[in-house]
Amino acid sequence: MAKITFITSDDEKITLEGTSGSVMALAVENNVKGIDGDCGGVCSCATCHVHVAAEDIQKTGEASEIELDMLELDDNTNEYSRLCCQLEITDALDGIVLQVAK
Amino acid sequence: MKKNCVVIGASHAGVSLAFYLRKEGWEDNIILFDSDPELPYHRPPLSKAYLTSSDDIQKIRLRSAESYKAENIELRLGVTVKKIDRANKSIVLTDNSRQNYDKLVIASGARPIIPPISGIETAKNIFPIRTAANITDIRNALSFSKTKKVVIIGGGYIGLETAASLKKLGASVTVLEREKRILARVTAPEMSNYFQELHSKNNVEVLTAKNVISISYKNNQNIISCEDNTQYNADIIIVGVGIYVNKELAEDASIICNNGISVDETTKTNDSNIYAIGDCSFHYNPHYNRHIRLESVQNAIDQAKVAAASICDKETEYNTVPWFWSDQYDVKLQMVGLSQGYNQIVLRKESGEGTYGDSFSVWYFNDDTLLAVDAVNNAKAYVIGTKFIKTNQKVNREKLADSETILKPVNLID
Repeated sequence: MAKITFITSDDEKITLEGTSGSVMALAVENNVKGIDGDCGGVCSCATCHVHVAAEDIQKTGEASEIELDMLELDDNTNEYSRLCCQLEITDALDGIVLQVAK
Repeated sequence: MKKNCVVIGASHAGVSLAFYLRKEGWEDNIILFDSDPELPYHRPPLSKAYLTSSDDIQKIRLRSAESYKAENIELRLGVTVKKIDRANKSIVLTDNSRQNYDKLVIASGARPIIPPISGIETAKNIFPIRTAANITDIRNALSFSKTKKVVIIGGGYIGLETAASLKKLGASVTVLEREKRILARVTAPEMSNYFQELHSKNNVEVLTAKNVISISYKNNQNIISCEDNTQYNADIIIVGVGIYVNKELAEDASIICNNGISVDETTKTNDSNIYAIGDCSFHYNPHYNRHIRLESVQNAIDQAKVAAASICDKETEYNTVPWFWSDQYDVKLQMVGLSQGYNQIVLRKESGEGTYGDSFSVWYFNDDTLLAVDAVNNAKAYVIGTKFIKTNQKVNREKLADSETILKPVNLID
């Protein structure tokens, strides 16, 4: 089980618990504003963009090449950017904080 | 008294609309009707990962049952609407009961065409690909089939994705396409050639100029006959030849229809209390300056957002560049824009051997205007194409065509 905190563009803080599936699916299920996940999690749309807190970047690991390319769709991409459909929920993600991209 | 927002159709468009309505602040009732008894699910995986895996349908739900409850969204599943009564602002169900509406959203989508081929009604194990139940039926039929011979009628995206998936499941697959090339309606010949070769490499027989004229059932086999006097045997037949728009409810209620239900830039029909979104809506696309109908998840979601805002009296306007995707084998195809009306293409190979390599893109132009990009295993091209199309960026086609030019926006403009 992992506790994951989302901070939305209105500075709302939402902490959710998940056991499996993608972080995107967890966010969509709980109506986290700004995470749409339009393509259903196949890295085709870039509508689940988050910025991982700097201290958590070790836990999430690095984005794949296709994910990095897709992130370029968004103008607000930085080194902490991830598409959260590509983050699989495991115990390793416990405690991470994700800022939903604008 | 609370108002009712009634939605006909609880697939991607209808369900998205319901949740966006809550986000926009709609506090009154939301009631969704759909004749499919399943809790709403993602459709794109049906021909892909859902078919090849033994996954439970839970894995592809749009939302969990609890999530609808939490947002107070009422689902009336397995219920068919037979009439829209505009005079009384109500809809009539097949059991003649009624549901009143203040706002009505038609998100009725489309249904597969079953072509009028002689003998098709007596064929065995014949399935379209539209619902989760279709996929369960196909999985079952395949597990009982000894020869696992499948014929797919139609070489569009649905047919080709299904061919790749069934091959993965060990079936022997033949695709029969009526046109001279597969994907003829939606892509350039270069793309058709690439996918023809891809399927051939994976031992799927893709045959073109095959007009199926009759199907007979003899000795526990379907025999599919084509106009050119060829015949193919199959245990299972998949039909993927396109769709009919579910616009009859609207037409019968004198809502203006064309190639779909006609809507304005806020997805409203000619009745100011009735909206139409998703596959069934015939709408104006400002970017391409024409009326279109789109069969895509993206369009379903984008129009749901617009309709939700409009119903909540917020200013809104539909304005997006369409995009699509398709997965076949380990190939990822991403498409942006509408290529119709192109008079020139640029094929750009990124890497690998042969004409196409293992990563390439096709760029469609009308004179100097970039209309669309099809990118195969090349998300970078897709992303750059999207940005260029959105901003009407002029592209240097010579540099684009040159694989030596590194694929970066700054390198492709003058």
